[in-house]
Amino acid sequence: MDYIPHVSIICATLAVAFGSIGPALAEGRAVAAAMDAIARQPEAANTISRTLFVGLAMIETTAIYCLVIALLLLFANPLLA
Amino acid sequence: MNSPLFSTVLFQIGPVPITQAVLTTWGIMAVLVTGAYVLTRHLTSAPSKRQAAIELIVATLDTQITEATGAAPAPYRGFIGSLFVFILIANWASLIPGMEPPTAQLETDAALACLVFFSVVWFGIRGAGAAGYLRSFSKPNPVMIPLNILQSLTRVFSMFVRLFGNVMSGVFVIGIVASLAGLLVPIPLMALDLLTGLVQAYIFAVLAMVFIAATITNGTPKPQKDT
Repeated sequence: MDYIPHVSIICATLAVAFGSIGPALAEGRAVAAAMDAIARQPEAANTISRTLFVGLAMIETTAIYCLVIALLLLFANPLLA
Repeated sequence: MNSPLFSTVLFQIGPVPITQAVLTTWGIMAVLVTGAYVLTRHLTSAPSKRQAAIELIVATLDTQITEATGAAPAPYRGFIGSLFVFILIANWASLIPGMEPPTAQLETDAALACLVFFSVVWFGIRGAGAAGYLRSFSKPNPVMIPLNILQSLTRVFSMFVRLFGNVMSGVFVIGIVASLAGLLVPIPLMALDLLTGLVQAYIFAVLAMVFIAATITNGTPKPQKDT
């Protein structure tokens, strides 16, 4: 019985599903903190939003790693070759 | 559904396969170079409307570079500006029917990230000298040398995987939705893709700037303060 394709599909789904929870929570916290800071200091909005974008990109990377792992499992699975 | 990790080979020049992404990149390069040449041919000190619009773009770039690095923008304007404009146009190339953005392929993003890696080395050596650049790896502590070397490689990797993941996922989702629902339904997703493309181009340029600035400020010796 060849179970590797089934397991790969399930694992790809799990990777994306669980891998996006952490970044979602983290980005929510980051944006909330940035909103707070902008509300306190509207004149620093430019600096804050630039730093926010860079930080969000860093946080997002973890989710994208999960996406890449999922794509590898689905399309370039080394075990199936 | 085509795998996003493999690219379609259109034709071959000798032993070198030319993929669709490479051809699109050549097209974008041609448009950018001829556009830049035609637009900057007659520069005057009393700017026309067209020249004023271009000066606005350059001035915005300069402001962003100055805010990120705290240095004069002139040495970085060419590199960072071309990176930003190229990635922006490449991301938005999907607006033309039948075209795929070349940044949705791993190779293009890897090439761009390699450019950033070498430019960090180049600007670091030019700003602080070879010894100063090597010394920047031992900041803040010589214990951190292996981690700093590792970091300089992994951040380039994460840069290109980020760009690839964002652009490719947009293209992929649109492909799936278009195959399910067809006409008019993917349009909101394409509008979202435009925003993602702009933000990713901005983030790529800002990160390149931040890495270069970090190398330069780490390499130059700090003024000693007696406390």
